[in-house]
Amino acid sequence: MNKIACEIYNLEKAFGPNKVLRGIDLKLYSGEITVLMGANGAGKSTLVKILCGVHQPDSGKISLFGSPFTPEKPADAFRTGVVTVHQSINDGVIPDLDVASNLMLDQLNQKDFGFFVKDSLLRKRARKIAQNMKLEINMKTQVSELGIADRQLIAIARAMTRDPKVLILDEPTSSLSAKEAERLFTTLDTLKSQGVAILYISHRMSDIRRIADRIVSMRDGTISGVFDKKPLNFEGAVTAMLGHKMTDVSIKIPKEGKKVIELENLVLSKGSRAINLSIFENQVVAITGLIGSGKSKLASILFGASNPQGGSIKLGNKNYNPLSTQEAIKKGVHMCSKDRASNGVIKTFNIEKNISLPFLSDYSVGSLLRFSRLKEVARKKIDELGIVCQSEDDDIDTLSGGNQQKVMVGRWLIKDSELLILDEPFQGVDIQARRDIGSFIRKTAKGRGTIVFVAELDEALEIADRVIVMNNKAILGDHLNNNINLNKVLSEITSEVKL
Amino acid sequence: MSNDLNVFIIKYGFLVLLVGLIIFFSIFASGFAGPRSAVFIFQSVAITGILALGVTCTLVVDGFDLSIGSVATSSLMMSAYFLVILETSALTAIIACLLMGAFVGLINGILIVRMKVPDLLATLGMMFLLIGLQRVPTEGRSIATGMRLPSGEVADGVFPESFLWIGRHRFDLFLEKLIPVPVVIFILVALFIWIFLELTRHGRLMYAIGSNERATALSGTNTNFYKVLAYVISGVTASIGGLLLAARLGRGDIASGNNLLLDSVAAALIGFAVLGAAKPNALGTAIGALFVGILLQGLTMMNAPYYTQDFVKGGVLVIALVFTFALTSRSRQGGH
Repeated sequence: MNKIACEIYNLEKAFGPNKVLRGIDLKLYSGEITVLMGANGAGKSTLVKILCGVHQPDSGKISLFGSPFTPEKPADAFRTGVVTVHQSINDGVIPDLDVASNLMLDQLNQKDFGFFVKDSLLRKRARKIAQNMKLEINMKTQVSELGIADRQLIAIARAMTRDPKVLILDEPTSSLSAKEAERLFTTLDTLKSQGVAILYISHRMSDIRRIADRIVSMRDGTISGVFDKKPLNFEGAVTAMLGHKMTDVSIKIPKEGKKVIELENLVLSKGSRAINLSIFENQVVAITGLIGSGKSKLASILFGASNPQGGSIKLGNKNYNPLSTQEAIKKGVHMCSKDRASNGVIKTFNIEKNISLPFLSDYSVGSLLRFSRLKEVARKKIDELGIVCQSEDDDIDTLSGGNQQKVMVGRWLIKDSELLILDEPFQGVDIQARRDIGSFIRKTAKGRGTIVFVAELDEALEIADRVIVMNNKAILGDHLNNNINLNKVLSEITSEVKL
Repeated sequence: MSNDLNVFIIKYGFLVLLVGLIIFFSIFASGFAGPRSAVFIFQSVAITGILALGVTCTLVVDGFDLSIGSVATSSLMMSAYFLVILETSALTAIIACLLMGAFVGLINGILIVRMKVPDLLATLGMMFLLIGLQRVPTEGRSIATGMRLPSGEVADGVFPESFLWIGRHRFDLFLEKLIPVPVVIFILVALFIWIFLELTRHGRLMYAIGSNERATALSGTNTNFYKVLAYVISGVTASIGGLLLAARLGRGDIASGNNLLLDSVAAALIGFAVLGAAKPNALGTAIGALFVGILLQGLTMMNAPYYTQDFVKGGVLVIALVFTFALTSRSRQGGH
């Protein structure tokens, strides 16, 4: 076994009442790639932010090669050799400068570089860095002209100029193609052989299979599993990440009603398998799968925000091919989008204005708003969903995440729909709010089709009558939620799908 | 306790300041208090105020219109050209100018939503374009009855009485010939924009776009339409401002309206501070314009020289922005 580079002991962190990390113990070894898996909200990014000095832990210890490590700002972290490449690539490069300047950016900050920039010296040193990384890019090229893969590699090369002992990569392949990712992996192999400890955060099973020496699963702010025996137990890691403690919610599957929507040979993206699927009234259908399985793509097609590569959709018995979200809504397809902060919440509005946003014309005479009716519908939804607030006049950003999400869900329920789609409705939501939202969706499901897209299996089992598994843009499994065979579902989620 | 005080200052601070100013000038500037003086203040800010209300609409959708000043002067020159050189009727000239304003707004909007040109740059470009364009027909000269045209002819059209009426007529209200037409139009435009922004669903959607465009689009709103609409409104109000200026001057003065853009943007930004709105709003904009008017009127009556005016405006703007941003964000932090 290699020597321990970084050791984390009983790390805790809370934001207000919200405990994000509840005692993390983690060791990173030199010359090894440790993959960290965890669903949204598991606390991965908080852990990373503590390691790179953005946040400070509430309690617990971190040691680096035996001495205590307490970075107070990002500069402290990389001075001591802990370097992070963040998820958003453009945080790591300056698009308007050339490659050489990008690679040398950190050196430019140092006094010994002098006042005037010597281009030849700059390029010479940059070339050396590039050679170490086996990076073959013209030093004079503007970074804005490069593809994402090259930018990512430059961001990593730049990280290397800081001489890292511990390198943290946060979802580095999320925007790379398989070929581009392979270039990254070769580089990581080189670094590994140079003895760098690498913490690699990803959801992509193919990446993980390729590079992982060890897998650590995280769930609800704790480490839920460490897998380091070869061959690695990938399924076990995913199970530990998603968890499937049977929840105490009992699902009584209602009789399926009329067919609401039918997908016929729908192809999500070029070269992927065709999807055939029917959704019926009264039933809540959960579509689950890892990131990149095609859930988001399917959701956006159904809501008219993007186009399929082929196939057709029937809503009721009419062809359904919405060109815009307006058209989708007009035809009775409502969707509560994922990531409410950027896709849902109007931050400067109060609860009432947020709830009524999509259906203002139903609450107006001509162009003039009917304020009493708006108030009335907002109050009704506040009651029905148990939104904790003083009145419908409260600004939405004074509410907790769970209550904000209730407002977002309530928004799409003020008008009856043919098909209600909820994309990750439990993202960043506490347990109580999750229960409230779940039971409200089930209670109102009669007479409409309901699709819930969730990555966490637990959530799917808690809310759905029927669980559908997507993997690599195809449908792999379709189960009714009684005596469901969890092992089968998990293997469908994690298996590799050949095209 | 200090938090309550903070909330009070944010909400009413600016209005208290306004009332304080009025009392101060009423006592120390003789002739300040009185209906004629009040009307004069309104009249001095009417045109700026109308432009500012248009800018407010573009600010609501998180945009910005730098071209309003040049739309106003273009409208001024265009009406003069129509009346003096083409010798059309007043109505034709007015309609042509309003259409021109709407068209410019439409082009601005299309540049921004379709061509994806950033709002500041698109409207800056439009500003230069119009400043140049309005000088082309007369080779850079002002337009007045009796001027010699490039072709050598003499222009003998006149500004008809009916056109001058909108700039110069005064309605009786208790006192004879008290309220000028531009003031009435200012109040009507303010009322219209206020109703549009506060009471209609269109206004509410525009505010939603300004706060989170993506979320508004995902709730089924044609966000591009509303953004273009905001620039069209801004163009039309600017052309109204230009028409009033033309009717007041009675000639197409090439050098007029230089200050219109900055003054009206300042009024709209000062409006953020009124009643702690911290966002563009019609009522605030109108009060912001009046605030500047009152201050300048009072100072002038106290014999402050004319060249201190811009300095004073700048000071008011900075104070208003501090009210809006520093105090509001501090109270938000305190609330959490």
